[in-house]
Amino acid sequence: MINLHKISAWRIVPLVVAVVFSTSLRGADWLQFRGNNVSGVSALSAIPATWSDTENVAWKVDLPGRGASGAIVIGNQVVVTASSGFRQDRLHVLSFDRVSGKKVWERQFWATGRTMTHPKMSVATPTPASDGERIFAFYSSNDVVCLDLDGNLQWLRGLTHDFPNASNSLGMSSSPIVIGDTLIVQVENDAESFAAGLDTSNGKSRWKKVRPKKANWTSPTLWQEGDAAPMALLQSSAGIEAVHPRTGETIWKFGAGASTIPSSVVTPDSLLIPSNGLTAVRLGDKVDDEAGSPEVLWNDRKLGPGTSSPIVVAGKVFVVNRAGVLQAADVNTGSLLWRLRLKGPFSATPVAAGQHLIFFNEKGDAQVVDISGAEGEIVGENTVGETILSTPAIADNEMFVRSDGHLWKIAK
Amino acid sequence: MPRFSCSLAAAILFSIAANFSAAELSPQLKAVRSVSREGQGNEAAAAAVRTLSAASASDLLQILIGFEGASPLAANYLRNAVESVVDRHLAANKPLPAKQLEAFVLKRSNDPRARRLAFEVLAKVDLTASDRLIPKMLLDPSPEFRRDAVQRLVGEAEGLGKDSADKAKQVYRKALSGATDSDLVKKISKSLKDLGDEVDLVTHFGFLTDWRIVGPFDNRGFIGFDIAYAPEKELDFVAKLQAKDGEVAWGVITTSDEFGIVDIAKSVAPHKGAVMYLATSYEAAANRNVEFRFGTPNAWKLWVNGKFLFGRDEYHRGMAIDQYRVPANLKAGKNVILLKLCQNEQDDDWAQRYQIQIRVCDPSGVAVLPVKSGSRSTTGMSPLKRQSKRLTASAEGASQ
Repeated sequence: MINLHKISAWRIVPLVVAVVFSTSLRGADWLQFRGNNVSGVSALSAIPATWSDTENVAWKVDLPGRGASGAIVIGNQVVVTASSGFRQDRLHVLSFDRVSGKKVWERQFWATGRTMTHPKMSVATPTPASDGERIFAFYSSNDVVCLDLDGNLQWLRGLTHDFPNASNSLGMSSSPIVIGDTLIVQVENDAESFAAGLDTSNGKSRWKKVRPKKANWTSPTLWQEGDAAPMALLQSSAGIEAVHPRTGETIWKFGAGASTIPSSVVTPDSLLIPSNGLTAVRLGDKVDDEAGSPEVLWNDRKLGPGTSSPIVVAGKVFVVNRAGVLQAADVNTGSLLWRLRLKGPFSATPVAAGQHLIFFNEKGDAQVVDISGAEGEIVGENTVGETILSTPAIADNEMFVRSDGHLWKIAK
Repeated sequence: MPRFSCSLAAAILFSIAANFSAAELSPQLKAVRSVSREGQGNEAAAAAVRTLSAASASDLLQILIGFEGASPLAANYLRNAVESVVDRHLAANKPLPAKQLEAFVLKRSNDPRARRLAFEVLAKVDLTASDRLIPKMLLDPSPEFRRDAVQRLVGEAEGLGKDSADKAKQVYRKALSGATDSDLVKKISKSLKDLGDEVDLVTHFGFLTDWRIVGPFDNRGFIGFDIAYAPEKELDFVAKLQAKDGEVAWGVITTSDEFGIVDIAKSVAPHKGAVMYLATSYEAAANRNVEFRFGTPNAWKLWVNGKFLFGRDEYHRGMAIDQYRVPANLKAGKNVILLKLCQNEQDDDWAQRYQIQIRVCDPSGVAVLPVKSGSRSTTGMSPLKRQSKRLTASAEGASQ
């Protein structure tokens, strides 16, 4: 049960992007990878710490194909993508009724780009996104499909069809995000690397910019301060590039390099970048040199994340390293607060529901960690018994997680 | 647009479009088929799909026929329209034109994507369709139908007892005749081997195994991918060429690997920061379209008869059969194939492979074998000797 006293004492991460979207958002939605504000935090939610086949699993449904993509929640719909077939060249978008788990509709497409991936990955690895009115499904084949909430096709793009060398033989995982009326996609690889801002109404490119020619599996994130225009933050091996989402114009660059797997996370006034361990830079207009680089606040080499992206909750950053050790550090200084060994390995990024962090390892074991005390404490261990690579979605007091074969709703 | 407005618009649209006849769908089909690169035509295609989605079941065939010649993008728009029509009719317990769908499926000259979609629709309303139709599709031009038929035969063979080895061999051989997907071919091949039969995988897949080779040219700092070294300018197999470490001459490399892997690191040298060129000739029976399908962990460029087809600047991101698919036109008689294969300078254990596996097949994956030389390509030593072939760098087509 959630402790309201503890919650009230928390410093809840501001919903910095609430005004970014063109439509008013239902509070219970989870519209993209790591949620509406790309934080992975649902501060007021309470998810059961334990569940089993007979307890706290509201429903479990079959999926027709593989996928490491996470579910998204739009009103009463839970939407997931999947890929099937020997070559994973059949792309699926499925909508389930959030209450009953009944499939409401399914649409399929043929991949127009290359579908080869590492066996661990699948073509349906990027998490879809939504602006609350439309669904944007993105795949490793670089097909982008826009559907309305009833499954009617609005537009589609084949970005490898358009740019034939834009692909990665290991597969691509970058999840798109919606900022205003632009869908931001990163198609970054060794051969033909670019990022683009697509008009959400028709799929045409508002902008396309060349990006470092190096495979990159990170996802864009966003930052908005007050009423200022939002920025899209594009990560790569070169570092971070902040761009205007509608024009692609560069605002600033952080050029000290960054990881190509875990993605950055914003705090109320800084960006935590998986770079030389973990590096915090100040966000806003202030830059510390003529090149327009943001000011570095702190760096700690020991806080480097493994595959999962960091998450920030209540003034602390939580990082799981390659050894499966969860580290909590002060978000303002980088000072280590505590460590806790978890059972890994991890691909999924953790999510936060109230005072709990929820970690799914690749074996399908979920570990629920209470982070409200002086030390982290595992308060629940559960398993779904199938490989989990996807990041869960949280909406109200419900959590949705998927494997290659199933989608679960965890809730009381 | 608010959600209720979308629903209202859809309802109005449906009421208008429900009585459209097949002929009246032509403008919509044309609009969808006009969609092109970089989102051009998206708005018109989406509007057309809204109308097509409201069509009646009797119009399904017209939409399926509209797949003929449609681009991959247009095919996806059309697919969405078909799915919408079908879902609406099934939800209302309205019939679908099963007989017409079946006839469409069985006509092999119809678009393979549309045939498969028609079959999937048919299977929703006719539970006998799969058992009735799939066994006859072992040699179908649609890879998905072939796969289904092969899988059924593999299942049949696996179900035979140990006392039925001869029968099992027979069924596996039949399955192999239609198999193009590597997982099924490997499975069948292993089963046949266990039963005492060998499978010539090189011939089955159509791997090219005999090549001339020259190099190494310089690729330190990744410079070699974009440099047109001598073999790209003129193919002279007796000339001495200035390369990375001095003068080099063309040699021969062949492979006996059962999956046709030409391994430069093992058979020539584990060059790093290098470019090697491989050339072979391929005798085609007639002018025809083929696909060059290959796998390599190295960067590459491909020319056929002096025309540049495609290149890819990626290193050590995996290798698999049919990793790349490059459409090409072969002319009757001798065709000259030139490959540029680049190795980078990484010293990681997992970055040492320098190899390629390449085959020639039709769009469904069935091997297209050269004439005269039986199952193997040839280096064409005599015919190619002193043959100078001007190579141009004109990109054609796209690869998958």
